[in-house]
Amino acid sequence: MLTRVRRWGPGLLLISPSLLLLGVFVYGLIGWTVKVSMSDRHTAAESDGFVGLSNYVDLFTNDINGRFVHSLRNLLIFTVVFLLGTMLLGLLWAFLLERGVRAEGVFRTVYLFPMAVSFVASGVVWRWLMNSAQGDDAGGLNAVFGQLNLGFLQNPWWTDPDWGMVAMAVPAIWQLSGYVMALFLAGFRGIPAELREAAAVDGASTFQLYRRVIFPQLTPVALSALIIVGHMSMKMFDLIMSVSGAQWLTEVPAVYVWQTLLTSDYAKASAISVILLLLVAVVIVPYLVQTMRTERRS
Amino acid sequence: MTTTTIQRTSPSPPTAAGPPRQRRGTAAGIIGRTVRYALLLFFLLIVLMPAYVLVVTSFKSGSDIGVTGQWNLPERWSTESWTKAWTALGPSFVRTFQLAIPVAVISSLLGAANGFVLSRWRFPGADIVFTLILFGMFIPYQAVMIPLREVVSTLGVPSGIPTLIFVHCIYGIPICTLIFRNYYATTVPVEMVEAAWVDGAGLIRTFRSIILPVSIPGFVVAVIWQFTSAWNDYLFAIFLSNTRNGPITIALNALAGAQSPDYAASMAGALITSLPTLVVYVLLGRWFIGGLMAGSVKS
Repeated sequence: MLTRVRRWGPGLLLISPSLLLLGVFVYGLIGWTVKVSMSDRHTAAESDGFVGLSNYVDLFTNDINGRFVHSLRNLLIFTVVFLLGTMLLGLLWAFLLERGVRAEGVFRTVYLFPMAVSFVASGVVWRWLMNSAQGDDAGGLNAVFGQLNLGFLQNPWWTDPDWGMVAMAVPAIWQLSGYVMALFLAGFRGIPAELREAAAVDGASTFQLYRRVIFPQLTPVALSALIIVGHMSMKMFDLIMSVSGAQWLTEVPAVYVWQTLLTSDYAKASAISVILLLLVAVVIVPYLVQTMRTERRS
Repeated sequence: MTTTTIQRTSPSPPTAAGPPRQRRGTAAGIIGRTVRYALLLFFLLIVLMPAYVLVVTSFKSGSDIGVTGQWNLPERWSTESWTKAWTALGPSFVRTFQLAIPVAVISSLLGAANGFVLSRWRFPGADIVFTLILFGMFIPYQAVMIPLREVVSTLGVPSGIPTLIFVHCIYGIPICTLIFRNYYATTVPVEMVEAAWVDGAGLIRTFRSIILPVSIPGFVVAVIWQFTSAWNDYLFAIFLSNTRNGPITIALNALAGAQSPDYAASMAGALITSLPTLVVYVLLGRWFIGGLMAGSVKS
């Protein structure tokens, strides 16, 4: 026992402040949020009456105009488009750069630079680019479409009630495709040269090489990218706030939490937050557990 | 991709890993290359387009900023909007440095200590502890934010920048721990630590004399990462500060989100806001890429 303490004690001591802080500020506060979400604290006044899951039930069945369900639907559309966009562009860019091109560094740097910019700053320019005016008044991208005789592409962007969230994903794709590219590029470069040579010796065509040898090797990278971009999508807040402000048309749960807090409805805001956390956890927890298992084996 | 990606800051020469380039002479090879460069250039222009708009508009003034001719170069280059934006953002620009620098330093130090213990001084159950730490990286902060406001005010942390430093350091622990753990796991041989141990060096001694001297690359990645995320953060900022004492994202949003926003000034403001992180990225971009890959956990 004493030797164990002497062996592990110092290490545990060194990380204990971090563990304590995370214990309190991650797990403790999550617990607290869950507790508030089950209370009837709908105004700034203190109240801790326990109401069970009724705040959650209300969100799905009793929200004005189905607001919460509307925000979930928006989030779903946004996530699908955002994921498809970043994965496809990221993979394509990595594929184009994979075997080395002149000025590779320039392309990589430019594709990746939007990542260094905040969503709030990029929101300023995207709000301008996605100006909804059309025809003679057209501005932003609609003006470009007009100039190029592609007038049929002009659209109201995020102000469209049905397709608005697709437009909202455009700046997000602009911002994060470079990141996915970097992941895939590392994946491509991590494939041993012998594998490619062996395939070449066996007479595989370039197409077969990619189809049968290279792409299957990229599956783990694709999975990480999906998980990272997917969980960012569910937390998306800054971008939507800075492009559209907090508007019904583009509302997602993360923005809804903020709007609800403005009216001091702590219980409802907490319930939405907990649902958001559950959505993220469903994706993240299996991934983390899986990662831990593989690591233990190695 | 393994944990080694963190050091592979500039990928090895392409031909070393890839197949021989397409034979230059053949028609197919030439067409393939042309298509590839055409596509790369096309996407380059698309990605740069918002940057063009920002720069061009920020140098316009007065009647130059109409809806028509939005894409044109300014008729008269003017720095008026830059002055206006700086007047609005200057104080918060300084405040954001006061936020991002301590956050970068403190989080990295915590991350280095945790990363070392979790990679090379592993205690029983270290995997589970590590997984529990990592989860903190992925949570939506809304799920902690509502009580967080009450906790920081109960603890008496002054609102605005001090509060933000405090919370960024805490919620930065997971990613910094991950960066350093991956870094140490791949660069510091187990034998090195064990040798120090046999020689009677304790944990702190080992950390200071053996680990810290080889940690510079890890620190660069963690510092860039934390500096950028503290600088660009908006969610904590909007929950825990206001335009008078908040960081620059709050000030920019106030400038750009007004009822009838001054487009030229907003765009100049967006550029001012982005300059520090862009400078960091251009100067240390290769490390930044390494850090991004480290952020991918492991695959």
